[in-house]
Amino acid sequence: MTDITARVTMPTSARKGEIIEIKVLARHTMDRAVDAPGLKPSPRRIIHSFRASYAGEEIFRMALSSGIASNPFISFTTVATETGVIAFEWLEDGGAVYSRAATLVVT
Amino acid sequence: MPDKAPTRRMVAAGLAVMPFAAQAQPIASAAADVNRSRSSESFADAERALLAGRTPIAAGITLDVPKLSENGNSVDVLIRVDSAMTREDHVRAIHILSEQNPYPRVATFNLTARAGRAEVATRIRLATTQNIVVLAETSRGAVHRAEQEVIVILGACVDGG
Repeated sequence: MTDITARVTMPTSARKGEIIEIKVLARHTMDRAVDAPGLKPSPRRIIHSFRASYAGEEIFRMALSSGIASNPFISFTTVATETGVIAFEWLEDGGAVYSRAATLVVT
Repeated sequence: MPDKAPTRRMVAAGLAVMPFAAQAQPIASAAADVNRSRSSESFADAERALLAGRTPIAAGITLDVPKLSENGNSVDVLIRVDSAMTREDHVRAIHILSEQNPYPRVATFNLTARAGRAEVATRIRLATTQNIVVLAETSRGAVHRAEQEVIVILGACVDGG
């Protein structure tokens, strides 16, 4: 996988001080480790971390386990402080990092 | 009868080795757990580690999970913690723990005062009918706890078999 299919749902603009809700959905199988008898062992391959930064400052972080459903959905909130880029990063087992960004206009 | 003696000796030998095994585990476990289908940490251990000696407050968390879930592969979880979310007093971390999954630590959310509201949602896997436990740590060091049972009709096949 070289890139990730992801959808970020959030408003494009907000009033200063308003709390906005951000929802992110990524397409990922979140493969659990397999080592059961009779099955071919395979290593874990999941999105183990997710983080979001707003105008360069980290606002949210999540540690995921194999107990998170495939196609991980995450919803969180932030206060609209200034017009800026909200950047999202998904960290996968094996070191791959996938990113998306969205601009929030604050009036 | 004749095989009783060796068994007892084996048990004794095992016990003698145990202290070393217990010491060696934390170093190796973090990396090794990744390729195991079951965590070496139990639910009780995980909760005790997160509480770190603090007594949880059984209030302040709204845990919204379905009472009955048809499919354990994807169970909606919404967590709302009562907090002013000011710089002095805000929710720092929210943990989701599972009593029956192979890995008790399902997820950890790290928030700052900038969140405005302590409200997060995700979708989790549940191996079987069980209690979901949520712990919320505040910046003042308090821990809130909530628990809710989810009946799972078709469990997520988290054991890999």
